[in-house]
Amino acid sequence: MFRNNYDNDAITYSPTGRLFQIEYALEAIKQGSAAVGLTSKKHVVLCALKRNAEELGSYQKKIVTVDDHMGIALSGLAPDARVLSNFLRREAMTSKMMFDRPLPVHQAVFSIADKAQENTQMYGQRPYGVGMLIAGYDDSGPHLYEFQPSGSVLEYYGALIGARSQAARTYLERNVDVIRESESVEALIVHGLNALRDTLSQDVELTFKNTSVSVVGVDTKFTTYDNEDVQQWLDKLDSVSNQRNNDDGDDDDDGDDGDDDNKDDGENKDGLEPTEVPEEDKMDTNE
Amino acid sequence: MEHNPFKWGRPDDAVYGAYNHQIAEAGVNSLFPKMNTQNPIITGTSVIGIKYKDGVILAADNMGSYGSLMRFSNVERLLTIGENTVVGVSGDISDAQQLARYLDSLELQENVYDNDGENQLKAVNVHEYLTKLLYHRRSQMNPLWNALIVGGFDEAGEPFMKSVDLLGVSFSSSTLATGFGAHLAVPLLRQVIPEDKKYVDVTEEQARKVIEDCMRVLFYRDARSMDKYSMVTIKKGQELKFEKDLVVKDQNWRFAQNIRGYGNAQQ
Amino acid sequence: MSRTTVASEYSAEIQSTPIEHRFNPYSDNGGTVLGIAGKDFAVLAGDTRHVTGYNINSRYEPRVFDVGDNIVMTANGFAADGKALIDRFKNQIKWYKFNNGGKKLEMQSAARYIQQLLYGKRFFPYYVSTLIAGLDEEGRGAVYSYDPVGSYEREQCRAGGAAASLIMPFLDNQVNFKNQFIPGTDGKEKRPFEYLSLQEVIELVKDAFNSAAERHIHVGDGLEILIVTKDGVRTEYSPLKRD
Repeated sequence: MFRNNYDNDAITYSPTGRLFQIEYALEAIKQGSAAVGLTSKKHVVLCALKRNAEELGSYQKKIVTVDDHMGIALSGLAPDARVLSNFLRREAMTSKMMFDRPLPVHQAVFSIADKAQENTQMYGQRPYGVGMLIAGYDDSGPHLYEFQPSGSVLEYYGALIGARSQAARTYLERNVDVIRESESVEALIVHGLNALRDTLSQDVELTFKNTSVSVVGVDTKFTTYDNEDVQQWLDKLDSVSNQRNNDDGDDDDDGDDGDDDNKDDGENKDGLEPTEVPEEDKMDTNE
Repeated sequence: MEHNPFKWGRPDDAVYGAYNHQIAEAGVNSLFPKMNTQNPIITGTSVIGIKYKDGVILAADNMGSYGSLMRFSNVERLLTIGENTVVGVSGDISDAQQLARYLDSLELQENVYDNDGENQLKAVNVHEYLTKLLYHRRSQMNPLWNALIVGGFDEAGEPFMKSVDLLGVSFSSSTLATGFGAHLAVPLLRQVIPEDKKYVDVTEEQARKVIEDCMRVLFYRDARSMDKYSMVTIKKGQELKFEKDLVVKDQNWRFAQNIRGYGNAQQ
Repeated sequence: MSRTTVASEYSAEIQSTPIEHRFNPYSDNGGTVLGIAGKDFAVLAGDTRHVTGYNINSRYEPRVFDVGDNIVMTANGFAADGKALIDRFKNQIKWYKFNNGGKKLEMQSAARYIQQLLYGKRFFPYYVSTLIAGLDEEGRGAVYSYDPVGSYEREQCRAGGAAASLIMPFLDNQVNFKNQFIPGTDGKEKRPFEYLSLQEVIELVKDAFNSAAERHIHVGDGLEILIVTKDGVRTEYSPLKRD
């Protein structure tokens, strides 16, 4: 029934100092479709790939507005993200009401990080099963944070969560210097979509139906482009399908994405179950 | 015979039953129902403030009065929060000290997660917080008995000054004063800044002089004031200047000899 | 506590009972406001003087606000309650958008919601006369007015605050043509209602406030008119008497 003796609850350490339930929660994030976040010196852009459970169904919302200056992209358990983003909205409103000030991004991020951390220390609690990219703009400029169910948050120039995001990470790492110096929102969005494109599986293309784009920054309120509105950005790409799938596909990907992932993607769209026992050395790859 | 004099003259428990302590949340051992502040006890008098082209100047004297008694003469009524926000407090001193504790913990809370230190609370934010706090307390019928002036900078980094009182009523102007100062100082301040926006024409020297003049006039005519005071100068791009133990200069009491019953003038 | 205290003349003899001097949670901060609805526009105007008693606290403290969604609002009377009400309403507009996919809050929904906010404090009321102005779903100008506990109606025009009783009869006559008759009909035929133009309305508002400032000490310093059209909200400022 259990994978091992130390994953019955979220608060018991294994002899090697690991909290398995939390590691499983991190796995839940990888089951979700990818989301990409990247920053220039003036803006933050979020790009996300939406899934629909079946052909006739609607697409899962991937980007949520928190306030005029902040929003999140999620991967993993969407209901958990809804709870967290509603909490963030309340925090943002409280900041507006009490201080007449937009909630500083770091305050927002740490407020949910503290909530998540409590679940890792309290018996009978379940860690959140969702990872989030928090994009915001405040007095100290544009910010992009990654939130994890472990309660850890880190700030990034470019960050990725969700299925096959490693491929996109490679793209961001290669282009980080160009991205950081981007003057226009357009350039930043194109980079974001290029990265997102690299996460696509073979038979999928970026379309206005499955792509969400958000931007926030200097003189720009948090704006999300969905459906028809996103086409203008897709038009700026040289291709909407994953180039890697056409290439030899060797590249520098790690083991946890690539071909075998494409396979289980079809049967396991929003599924939650971890597919394998995490190996010892795979465990500290979460940052 | 009831030997406790505090029990004399009230309905006999044997006849009327014991006092129902649940009435008005009275404590079991308390003679009184729960009470909130109905009047201030130790009080501080006026706070005055003026905007000028590069910032704000606030001043308040150091007296804490107990009714008409000069009870304390070393009360600091200008509170700093963060690097360039000052709150001047008049009214009840114990409530002012409570406010100071609120502001301290607010500042602490702000610093805990502020990694880059670039998200400091500005005067506008502090003012909004105090307004909500004072309004909340008045809505509980348990007011913090104060009138405050908050000075500093707004979101855009321009000089900011706004006031709030025990009811949560707030208003801003380039010239502000609480208490007696609203009657005596404001007209003098408005001579320097006749229209709100014209504060940009006022230099630091002018602003400082009129504040000193106001403190003198207040000392002449406000019986609850003293001639020792503090003054804070908040200036763009500079650390705020906090001057303590200033003394009202150029006092002239010659007019007193002409007042009948006060100086040498005969009845 | 099986027995309770019985009120009797003895109770008056208790010397240690505090004499109650109740804290008064309200004050009056003066000022006056006025809203007029036109054919395809609405205006909401207020003076900018802020007072307590005979003190002029500020000569420029805005009291009419753009709360978003092409709605302007004022809550005049006790300023702290007015601010609290408007802050809460602005806040709720945001939630409305989150919950309804960014939908615009229509005037009639805004109007009903403000009633809920006001009546929610029925037994510790917001001491304000509230007005909102905007365009209805057909694009016609709309003004809604409230009493302190939430009773409300849609009107063509309404004055509120310190000089309401000075301005309202003037508005009745000049906006709704009350007591106006067609010349030559011997006072038998009423002058029919017709919409005023925006220009006429603005002139009317200025006349109303100049007159009010002349006669009421709590009105003066500046006049701020917020004008709502289908193109959005714009503000006009003009000075008033400062004495």
